[in-house]
Amino acid sequence: MAVRTFIEAIRTTLAQEMRRDPSIIVLGEDVGLKGGVFLATDGLQAEFGEARVIDTPLTESMIVGVSIGAAINGLRPVAEIQFADFIFPAFNQIQSQAARMRYRTNNAVGLPMVIRTPYGGGVHGALYHSQSVEAFFTHIPGIKVVVPSTPLDARGLLRSAIRDPDPVLFLEHKKLYRSVRGEVPDTDYVTPLGSAAITRAGTQVTVIAYGLMAHHALEAAARVAEEGISVEVIDLRTLRPLDTETVLNSVRKTGKCLIAYEDNRFGGYGAEIAALVAEEVFDYLDAPVTRIAGPDVPGVPYSHVLEDWFMVNPDKIAAGIRKLAAY
Amino acid sequence: MDVSANQPGDLAAPGEPGARWLGVAASAGLTRDDLLGLYRVMALGRALDERMWILNRSGRVAFVISGQGHEGAQAGITWALRPGEDWLAPYYRSITAVLRMGLTPREILLGSYARADDPSSGGRQMPNHYGHIGRKILSVSSPVASQVLHAVGIALAAKLRGTGEVVVTSTGEGSSNQGDVHEALNFAAIHRLPFVYVVENNGYAISVPSARELPVDDVAARAAAFGIPGVIVRGTDVVGCYVAAREAVRRARAGEGPTLIEAKVERLTAHSSDDQQTRYRSEEEIAAHRALDPLPAFRGQLRAAGVLTAEAEAAMAAEIGEAVEDATRFAEAAADPTLESASSWVFAEDWPGERPPAWGDGTGRD
Repeated sequence: MAVRTFIEAIRTTLAQEMRRDPSIIVLGEDVGLKGGVFLATDGLQAEFGEARVIDTPLTESMIVGVSIGAAINGLRPVAEIQFADFIFPAFNQIQSQAARMRYRTNNAVGLPMVIRTPYGGGVHGALYHSQSVEAFFTHIPGIKVVVPSTPLDARGLLRSAIRDPDPVLFLEHKKLYRSVRGEVPDTDYVTPLGSAAITRAGTQVTVIAYGLMAHHALEAAARVAEEGISVEVIDLRTLRPLDTETVLNSVRKTGKCLIAYEDNRFGGYGAEIAALVAEEVFDYLDAPVTRIAGPDVPGVPYSHVLEDWFMVNPDKIAAGIRKLAAY
Repeated sequence: MDVSANQPGDLAAPGEPGARWLGVAASAGLTRDDLLGLYRVMALGRALDERMWILNRSGRVAFVISGQGHEGAQAGITWALRPGEDWLAPYYRSITAVLRMGLTPREILLGSYARADDPSSGGRQMPNHYGHIGRKILSVSSPVASQVLHAVGIALAAKLRGTGEVVVTSTGEGSSNQGDVHEALNFAAIHRLPFVYVVENNGYAISVPSARELPVDDVAARAAAFGIPGVIVRGTDVVGCYVAAREAVRRARAGEGPTLIEAKVERLTAHSSDDQQTRYRSEEEIAAHRALDPLPAFRGQLRAAGVLTAEAEAAMAAEIGEAVEDATRFAEAAADPTLESASSWVFAEDWPGERPPAWGDGTGRD
């Protein structure tokens, strides 16, 4: 079994899927000859040609809108938005068009398309290369939102996303691209969408996370374990559709729930998890549902001092766990 | 700017000796059957559109957005397409164009009544948001010009898959200002896609006249920025619209890339059933625009050329009248969507795990 970085898992899976299915195309800014600014599409144009790996103009709405049309007419586009921070010119095409096409045509038209985009901070990317955008899109019925945290899931979830009959937003935390390695089987496995993973079993506190935070949650859980606190960690993997049963079953067991997310706290994705837990398993709770999240400033500042202040890290999560455990 | 397609129209004013006009039509490849077919779809579009207003004003349907005044451009341009084989990404004024591409009067009124069997959306969208994927008519949405990029994507797939399909989309001139239009023309021109962009310029973006929405007289001038032909036609000149579209479709099919066709048309109604156009247009101006109605103009040309006899005209009017009556009866009697269907088709499969608990779903049920 090969050990691969996260970005290698993305790149090799794209190539494997394009070999398997000639209807798959890749389009985005710099995805061709350069192979993408993070090299996620490196080598694809050389292997599959300019017709299937398309360098687009700097027009994000076009990247998504043309993908919608191509999906209508028999292709399976995998679009890349160079940074998640730049996705907003395409918001209308995602929210009003891609997400609504099946519903508004009463199931006459489905859109098998994927929008991949790097997101997240901690890489000195400042306000416009660090943003977590998931909450804008998880609010929208009709688009699936996927956030892998390991090379294994990056491959399995990307396969599922590409083969899915509906639009999928595939968020890749850019800090994981080269910092995380893991075993990735060369089999044709898939990781199903809508399925969370329990990445550490525990009994006293449930910590729910995704993306980079799934790693920080595990590190925090390991630290507090030395203090005798037993933490169960859930990596959501798919934010929508949400695997509610895995979340609720864990909180029924532990009675305490902490959600860690990197996005701004107010109205962030963790608020929906908190509401779900409060509505569905209130009788099991022994402590307030807690969020550890980014501060409510408009973006991640550049200075390393300020960026460290912004970012959720294992220390902050561990502090939250200790408070909950002591409650 | 290529305005050569205007020339047949200059010969085709009502009252001209018909033989010369018929010669122009014949040289464009239009037979008498084509000319009668063009007239029929225009007249049907008008009759169905007028029926929708009656149904709205009598309280039977809640909304109508109209294509009256646009029939000549829509019929002439779509006559260059192969229904069922080429694609149309219409907009909300495209009633005549979608009739030409295969949507039926019954299907259109099922949408006006928002019935379960409405093929455009199953009663989910507002009236006149046309669509029928089986006939390659793309679903209309209300955010204007968003479909232009979809049309270009369909054309990209047609090129990559080698299907030979041509894709036509249309918007108003107001919508032509949207960034998506410029992004679409840019990409389509770079890749020489089989794509035709039609601007139906009726001079108004709801209430705003074109002088307040365009710094140039003609949207077609913008084609130069993308290195593609920009052609101007008049909506009263049905044959001229066909000639321009035929050349655009030929270019598209031959791999020579997109064309922008600007059709100067009149908006003979308010923007929609919820608009009062006398707030921003004078009665005199509205009356003057009525004189540019393409339907009597084309009828006059056909009569003068001896193509449309009084008997044929009467027979066609009776047939269209019955089609409209039939569609009204059919849609009036059709069933509403069921409440059980309302949450279907968010995705291809249901995700019951996302449903709220029965006591907390906002319906007040226990």
